[in-house]
Amino acid sequence: MAGVRVLVGTRKGAFVLTSDERRQDWQVSEPLFGGWEVMHLKGSPTNPDRVYAAPSGGWFGQVVQRSDDGGRTFSPVGNDFRYQGDPGPYQGHDGLPHPWAFSRVWHLEPSLTDPDTVYAGVEDAALFRSTDAGASWQELPGLRGHGSASQWQPGAGGLCLHTIVLDPSDDQRMYTAVSAAGAFRSDDAGQSWRPINKGLVSQGIPDEQAEVGHCVHKLALHPARPQTLFMQKHWDVMRSDDAGESWHEVSGDLPSDFGFPIDVHAHEPDTVYVVPITSDTFHVPPDGALRVYRSRTGGGEWEPLTKGLPQENCFVNVLRDAMAVDRLDSSGVYFGTTGGQVYCSPDGGDSWSAIVRDLPPVLSVEVQTL
Amino acid sequence: MTAGAVSGARPGVRVVLPAHLRALAGVDGEVVLDGPTTLAGVLDALERRHPALRGTCRDQATGRRRPFVRFFACREDLSHDPVDAELPAPVLRGDEPFLVVGAMAGG
Repeated sequence: MAGVRVLVGTRKGAFVLTSDERRQDWQVSEPLFGGWEVMHLKGSPTNPDRVYAAPSGGWFGQVVQRSDDGGRTFSPVGNDFRYQGDPGPYQGHDGLPHPWAFSRVWHLEPSLTDPDTVYAGVEDAALFRSTDAGASWQELPGLRGHGSASQWQPGAGGLCLHTIVLDPSDDQRMYTAVSAAGAFRSDDAGQSWRPINKGLVSQGIPDEQAEVGHCVHKLALHPARPQTLFMQKHWDVMRSDDAGESWHEVSGDLPSDFGFPIDVHAHEPDTVYVVPITSDTFHVPPDGALRVYRSRTGGGEWEPLTKGLPQENCFVNVLRDAMAVDRLDSSGVYFGTTGGQVYCSPDGGDSWSAIVRDLPPVLSVEVQTL
Repeated sequence: MTAGAVSGARPGVRVVLPAHLRALAGVDGEVVLDGPTTLAGVLDALERRHPALRGTCRDQATGRRRPFVRFFACREDLSHDPVDAELPAPVLRGDEPFLVVGAMAGG
């Protein structure tokens, strides 16, 4: 029987939520990595039993854990992230030059073809790869070394590489996003990189159309149309139809184009989801109403999805990695909130219900279609 | 022999880990390490015995103690002592434990 496994990273541990394809009755695991902050965990597309997790904490640093039984048990693997080369310091919040130093993993992206290969986006922003199932990690130094790294500046959350998108049609092409630097593309499997930020306009930087310096929050693409990328920027929802060579705004009639996550329907390349947030001052939904917005036109025209979501007195946020879609025939959409709720819509966003309501603040949501 | 000096066979250094690190190492009680006589030696031996603890007490690249980790023994804070200084004799004799402590901080 088909089903789904939802992997939830929270401020205090991780949880695995499982259901059959109806997605009505859920089993909730005991806390995994209790007390650790789990920025992200994600399963291998080619081996669903293989799950990588990135617990960390201010006391004992970063560990990486791997499951080979679908998230029931985990074992520590390698956690030695050493930078290669020195592109020169970056400018910190204090305006002073800062040497690069590893602090934590923000995102793990398993390979689309090899369960032993996994990428890690880390703070200070860099891209690492393991080809031995997490036992050891090597930086792909071409990203920091391509020339713009000295101009990157940390966002409020730090100088972090938080998004890694692999092109399913081209094993040489991958995308990353760094806050606050922008989006980057590699066409040689991560060896060399260049910024892809033409068309982005950001009021918070001296040159609004600079090559780098943009606070990109999240990228998404649909496997059937990999040339088309969607971006939730700090402000603005953007779209590219040429693999990031140029971008145009598709915020359209959204009530706010500030937000964090963005995702694409599993079977409809033009159906896109965002969660508008009032502003970067008020990290809560407009009017205290939690609404996912769906565009069926690839952006521009958006409809609020409210059925089953709180429409008053709701002041939670939805973070960048806290939305996912499953690949069942009736594609499910999932998101988690800083209030500890994880919502599921088994009908593409038409209706929602909470799988759980009282987890620690949710940092990430991923789903495996089994 | 001076007072407090070590003589004869030692039972080993008794290391008490905080809960997070016990879970990570998969141990329930103390970890007894035979051989190390310095703080660096204890950490080296601890990480050899339990590789999952690498990077949790000290940075793997720099070797520096993580800011919120402390090392206590004999009612003293050894965190700022030279890492190659000999540990107190009661620790080496196994009479007193070597405590790895996560600082009281956070929420």
